[in-house]
Amino acid sequence: MGSVSTSATRLRDDLAAGRISSVEATRACLDRIHQVDGRVQAFLRVDAEGAMAAAADVDRRRSQGLPVGLLAGVPIALKDILCTRGQPTTCGSKMLERFVPPYDATVVRKLREADAVILGKVNLDEFAMGGSTENSAYFPTRNPWDLERVPGGSSGGSAACVAAEMAPWSIGTDTGGSIRQPAALCGITGLKPTYGRVSRFGLVAFASSLDQAGPMTHSAEDAALLLEAIAGHDPLDATSADVPAPRYTAELDKPLDGLRLGLVRDHYGAGLSSEVEAAVREAVRIFESLGARTVDISLPHSKYGIATYYVIAPCEASSNLARYDGVHFGYRTDEPSMLAELEAERRAALASSGDSARAEAAVAAIDSPLVRLYRRTRAEGFGPEVKRRVMLGTYALSAGYYDAYYLKALKVRRLIRNDYDAAFENVDLIIGPTTPAAAYRLGEKANDPLAMYLEDLYTVTANLAGVPGISIPCGSTAAGLPIGLQLQAPAFQESRLLRAAHRFQRVTDWHLRRPDLS
Amino acid sequence: MALSRADVEKVSLLARLQLGPAELDRLTGELGRIVDFVEQLSELETREIAPLAHALDVANVFADDVVKPSLPRDEALANAPKRDDECYRVPAVLGE
Amino acid sequence: MSDKVSNPTSTPTHTPASNAGSDAAGNSASNSASTAPYELVIGLEVHVQLATQSKLFCRCSTRFGAEPNTQTCPVCIGLPGALPVMNREAYQLALRTALALHCEIPAFTKWDRKNYYYPDLPKGYQISQFDLPMSRNGWLEIRDPKGEFAPKRVRITRAHLEEDAGKSMHDEVAGRADSRIDLNRTGTPLLEIVSEPDLRSPREAKAYLTELRLLLVYLGVSDCNMQEGSLRVDANVNLHIATPEGTIATPIVEVKNVNSFRAVERALAFEAERQYEAWLETGQRKGDVPKQTRGWDDQRQITYGQRHKEESSDYRYFPDPDLAPVTITVEQVERIRAGLGELPAATRTRLESDYQLPAYDADVIVNQESAFVAYYLAVADGCGDGKQAANWLTQEVLRLMNERNWTIGQFPVPASGLVELLAAVKSGKAPATRAKELFGAMVDGSLALDAAMERLGIAAVSSSEIESLCRQLLADNPRIVADVKSGKAQAAASLIGQAKKRNPNVNPNDVRATCLKLIEQM
Repeated sequence: MGSVSTSATRLRDDLAAGRISSVEATRACLDRIHQVDGRVQAFLRVDAEGAMAAAADVDRRRSQGLPVGLLAGVPIALKDILCTRGQPTTCGSKMLERFVPPYDATVVRKLREADAVILGKVNLDEFAMGGSTENSAYFPTRNPWDLERVPGGSSGGSAACVAAEMAPWSIGTDTGGSIRQPAALCGITGLKPTYGRVSRFGLVAFASSLDQAGPMTHSAEDAALLLEAIAGHDPLDATSADVPAPRYTAELDKPLDGLRLGLVRDHYGAGLSSEVEAAVREAVRIFESLGARTVDISLPHSKYGIATYYVIAPCEASSNLARYDGVHFGYRTDEPSMLAELEAERRAALASSGDSARAEAAVAAIDSPLVRLYRRTRAEGFGPEVKRRVMLGTYALSAGYYDAYYLKALKVRRLIRNDYDAAFENVDLIIGPTTPAAAYRLGEKANDPLAMYLEDLYTVTANLAGVPGISIPCGSTAAGLPIGLQLQAPAFQESRLLRAAHRFQRVTDWHLRRPDLS
Repeated sequence: MALSRADVEKVSLLARLQLGPAELDRLTGELGRIVDFVEQLSELETREIAPLAHALDVANVFADDVVKPSLPRDEALANAPKRDDECYRVPAVLGE
Repeated sequence: MSDKVSNPTSTPTHTPASNAGSDAAGNSASNSASTAPYELVIGLEVHVQLATQSKLFCRCSTRFGAEPNTQTCPVCIGLPGALPVMNREAYQLALRTALALHCEIPAFTKWDRKNYYYPDLPKGYQISQFDLPMSRNGWLEIRDPKGEFAPKRVRITRAHLEEDAGKSMHDEVAGRADSRIDLNRTGTPLLEIVSEPDLRSPREAKAYLTELRLLLVYLGVSDCNMQEGSLRVDANVNLHIATPEGTIATPIVEVKNVNSFRAVERALAFEAERQYEAWLETGQRKGDVPKQTRGWDDQRQITYGQRHKEESSDYRYFPDPDLAPVTITVEQVERIRAGLGELPAATRTRLESDYQLPAYDADVIVNQESAFVAYYLAVADGCGDGKQAANWLTQEVLRLMNERNWTIGQFPVPASGLVELLAAVKSGKAPATRAKELFGAMVDGSLALDAAMERLGIAAVSSSEIESLCRQLLADNPRIVADVKSGKAQAAASLIGQAKKRNPNVNPNDVRATCLKLIEQM
């Protein structure tokens, strides 16, 4: 087990040196899953057979002296929103309970080409909509540091499985903070790359202009290695950046002389817990002790980030999720009972009115079978949060509201990006809290969507601007819950983020702490 | 802009969601609060601001016009909730 | 609602012509345009399938006629996670077309999603272009060589790219049975070309469509095969009715599913009358009712109302976040414009000015495919007589092509063969009287001129043969010789008949000239 709990980079080196086989490492992960996942509930499906076969194959090739990939033999867990050929991909939704993609996401293909061993698919908020993984249609995932608390979301399964040492690392996706926030809440490292850095092909879309997949790991060093494996231009994704991806691992130890850190004034306002604030301020002091200079900056429009995000993301989602209509794939409502329902409505309409013209109008107002098929399928297949956002986005794009909501939000998005551009003229990185507070209790915010949305305050702006951000552990609350520190960099400066995070992790041990699940 | 129950009902047809009376009531309240929250954007003067739809500044992304293999039919239809040997099946769309 | 107009029956009207007979559909309405109390106002939306190998956003084949659902992939099925990537060739073909239609090409264009639910639209949205189309503000000139309407420039509002939907197949017999969905066509590139409401009669509409199709085929951007759905027409039509209180516009009706140009003419003629009668009955004006959609029933030759839910028109367009916008420079546009080649209108003008053709002939030639024009030019240049070449092409070549259902590419006699024939006739090598017969033999047997002459037993007759033949004739006909000598030169004509009896290949002019010469020497 030791091999899995330390770091994926070390595991990879041990595998390469023959100190451990991939079958052993994979078996250790599967054992750990067996041991603790009944309580954490991170995995939606464990592919023990496939993982063991892949591990054995890597071992065989290595023993025969054949070439192996960058991540050869290292197990990994995937958020169940990345398409895996021949393996169910549910997006945490009843809608896709039986959906089996005939193709691999580009990220998955790259991982397979790098000879990573895919352990299985992990839980998430339905279609990545949420910040607690409570919106999964299957079950909520627990925070390994306190099983009564949420692991964050939407990549809650990805964060929890790494924190609980069931997988040395995982892939998450981040649309408004869904990698960074659960990383912060579970005490791990989570990197949201620059928009366009990692291919979105095969990543089931929530909000296409914001979604990015990224590594969720114990350390910046591991994140660099995993990002190296999945980053790069993809001709199948028209929004993929045609910018060469550097060898992040090779750049980790490059010096960071004269690093200028931007401290966002606007971050330290009402809503920020004092424990988080104290931990972040301590982290800033550590960076200063390492030679960084801090500069007070302002992102004056960041306070509009949530409002902007909760227009743009639902608008895109309402369109992206239109394809789940029960016709070509996914869940379909029971047709006989649907037809019976329509027939009952027709009878009721006829009976309720003696006036034949009015009765006729009432009957005409009833959905056609096809429309009812769509509406019932979607009502039964989607959970409440997805419906809420689909409704919100449909409303905001509908006739008469487009300019007031969607177009307005796109303009504010420009202002937010301009804020970043201006800030990065004076600083190299922006530093601040990842979340306003540590993990909250399961169910605590389930009935207050707006309160849930406000949790994304510090993370959404990076998605709106398209810049990369990383969350690393930087402290602990009195109750022993992890606290996350967020660093943000200009577009395509992941290397700078990783170097700074790596430097911090060389002098701190927050990232080495593990929850006690014995 | 206050969001009425009738608005929500209309949107539910556009979004092809069937909502029961209780769900309509609940959503009218929830969406109303979110919309009110979003209203804060109107504080900002944005007349001169160009909208930003893509975070990544790219243009002219094309693929060459070269045919590649399609999915075998059985694989294409494999996820269909209702199908025959050749096609997807849905309730009659006549008159829609 | 009839109170919105003054008593419509009091307006000075004729009842609309109701003789939309089997072959007079176009005539009835275009004639009535001058006599009817209304003006017919038509705008056309044409969807053209672009001639790419692969689809607009994925690399599945666009080939027509494949087995259902054998040309699809995750992208065109709209499977979760799949992403579109724009086909470069489709954009280039669209640009060529837009430039040939004299459109402005904006420096920036983007792709938008048009959201609606239909089983043949697997993503729940169609990728199209909304507020910033790739081209706008063009025109296409139409004219009628028969002069039934004055030449006019029909303004093109815009031409934009979009993806096609799939096909829903309804089992009519089974009634309530399922519909079956084939997604092979889903994602095929379409160019939607929208005209301003500048057309005033079914005949003008047909002329517009004919000219547009010709242009598209010249450009090689589409095969325009209407049977295969490569060219589809929707018409927006209403009436402007003159009343004592001014001109009244009737509600606009969109007629869909019109699958031939002839059907377009008839549907428009039908609509003109139907709308006029509807106006007499209801007095409804534009704006009183939402835009109505009607289908065309080719069997019954009528339009019929289609169910149309009001909400379905709220398409919630927004920029597709999966696709990058396209930018283009003036230089790039000019390079493409320069590469367009000669377009039909310019060819017509050139045939009229450089080859002295009447407009009618130029029109007939140019309205064929461009290979036919090339054939004509080769013949005209080869024989040096544009009018003669035109006569041969519009009479013989076209007749044979129509009879035998050939394209000019399949025509068995190349332009050089026809040039050779015309030269032989001119030189006397071949008898002018048998030129058409000879051409027929060349066509039937795919023969060169000499082989055809041999097949028909037409041998070139040498001057010594003619002379000996003429000497014999003169010896046998002393009276004719005497008549000619006495000044009756026309008496020689009867010698020609006799000469042809003895040798059918002789050239009558040669016989005549030779005989006169010999008589003179006697």
